[in-house]
Amino acid sequence: MIRVLLPYHLRVLANISGEVQLDVVAPITQRSILDALEVKYPVLAGTIRDHGSSQRRPLIRFFACEEDRSFDDPDAALPDSIAHGTEPFFIVGAIAGG
Amino acid sequence: MSGVRVLVGTRKGAFVLTADGKRERWQVAGPFFSGWEIYHLKGSPVDPQVIYASQSSGWFGQKIQRSNDGGATWSPVGDKFAYEGPTGNHQWYDGTPHPWEFKRVWHLEPSLTDPNTVYAGVEDAALFRTTDGGQTWHELAGLRNNGTGSKWCPGAGGMCLHTILIDPTNHERMYIAISAAGAFRTDNGGKSWLPINQGLRSEYIPDPKAEVGHCVHRIAFHPTRPNTLFMQKHWDVLRSDNAGELWHEVSGNLPTDFGFVIDVHAHEPETIYVVPIKSDSEHFVHEGKLRVYRSRTGGNDWEPLTVGLPQENCYVNVLRDAMAVDSLDDCGIYFGTTGGQVYCSPNGGDRLLPIVRDLPPVVSVEVQTLP
Repeated sequence: MIRVLLPYHLRVLANISGEVQLDVVAPITQRSILDALEVKYPVLAGTIRDHGSSQRRPLIRFFACEEDRSFDDPDAALPDSIAHGTEPFFIVGAIAGG
Repeated sequence: MSGVRVLVGTRKGAFVLTADGKRERWQVAGPFFSGWEIYHLKGSPVDPQVIYASQSSGWFGQKIQRSNDGGATWSPVGDKFAYEGPTGNHQWYDGTPHPWEFKRVWHLEPSLTDPNTVYAGVEDAALFRTTDGGQTWHELAGLRNNGTGSKWCPGAGGMCLHTILIDPTNHERMYIAISAAGAFRTDNGGKSWLPINQGLRSEYIPDPKAEVGHCVHRIAFHPTRPNTLFMQKHWDVLRSDNAGELWHEVSGNLPTDFGFVIDVHAHEPETIYVVPIKSDSEHFVHEGKLRVYRSRTGGNDWEPLTVGLPQENCYVNVLRDAMAVDSLDDCGIYFGTTGGQVYCSPNGGDRLLPIVRDLPPVVSVEVQTLP
């Protein structure tokens, strides 16, 4: 089970309280996690990745195991601790704008 | 007894303000979508319980929400706004070509005949339409492709399509306005569009009388006289009596003719309202006084309306979509400020009272007159 933590505004938008748990088919990558997240919560489509390009939105960051994975290949395998659910995959709204 | 419902979009959420026809005691609901920018909300004239809202965020993009119960509850609908065909370029601030990029929805205009049909004005400027209640949106690309798009450029707030007027006497005719391109008209339901900017003069662009490039802030008409248009341009208040074919200035005795809002009394087609702003460098009211100016002669002769408004140390702005009128017998005038106040006059502007004083900065105000 993959664990995902979302920023406050996206939790409110999708009526999520706390952590999201997802069944994701391997390989466990940014893309496979986000695909599964958007299937479970369609309202999140377009909020993390741009509708048209599927690129990460500029003020969104991804963290895994205390490392910034925002600029990684979206198809690169994530660490085992993410795949095993011992660590959550963080989706973070950049601190910007005052 | 009849009543009103005021829909307020702010920088940090939406609010719904309701009152009976006396418009003295108000109930405030919200914030809805707290923390998100709500550029605009508007209800269907056919079914007032159906309301659409534009919810956006620099972080998380664009959402569209729909309510079927007058704003009590909301559900997200479609939010894919994909330009049709090659986007081409418009001008960037420095005059260089810049590709069209969708940023947000500024204005939602429900159809006059169908609650599931809505027009959306977006940044970068384009017009979209849904006919399925917001599930899918399709561009009316004849506007962006009318041959002048390469000369459009963003105003300070972005290159936004902010005004959509549907002619109630001829549904094939619509008007839109873009900052900074100007005003446009279609006579065939949005298939093709004509720039209607003759008579405008803008000293801040290379050719002050250019066909396009003018920073039009808002246009308005009275529904019974849709060929008479009123415009608040960046500087200048203007009118046209021939569906935009030719404009002439009616700024008259205004203390400053810079501003954003303009609206028309519900029962008096020659009574119009503006809120003069000091200048484009200082986006606050003139002389520290919040004053609505009313002309009962369709422009040129203006009177300040001050009763109930702060007349010292006031430095707010009133943004382009933040004024509305109701259609009760004694026409109500409403506007919201960047200081978070929403004012109501239940008597055409003679006396104004704050409904709320401390909302986030107000971006838009619409009012529904309820049976």
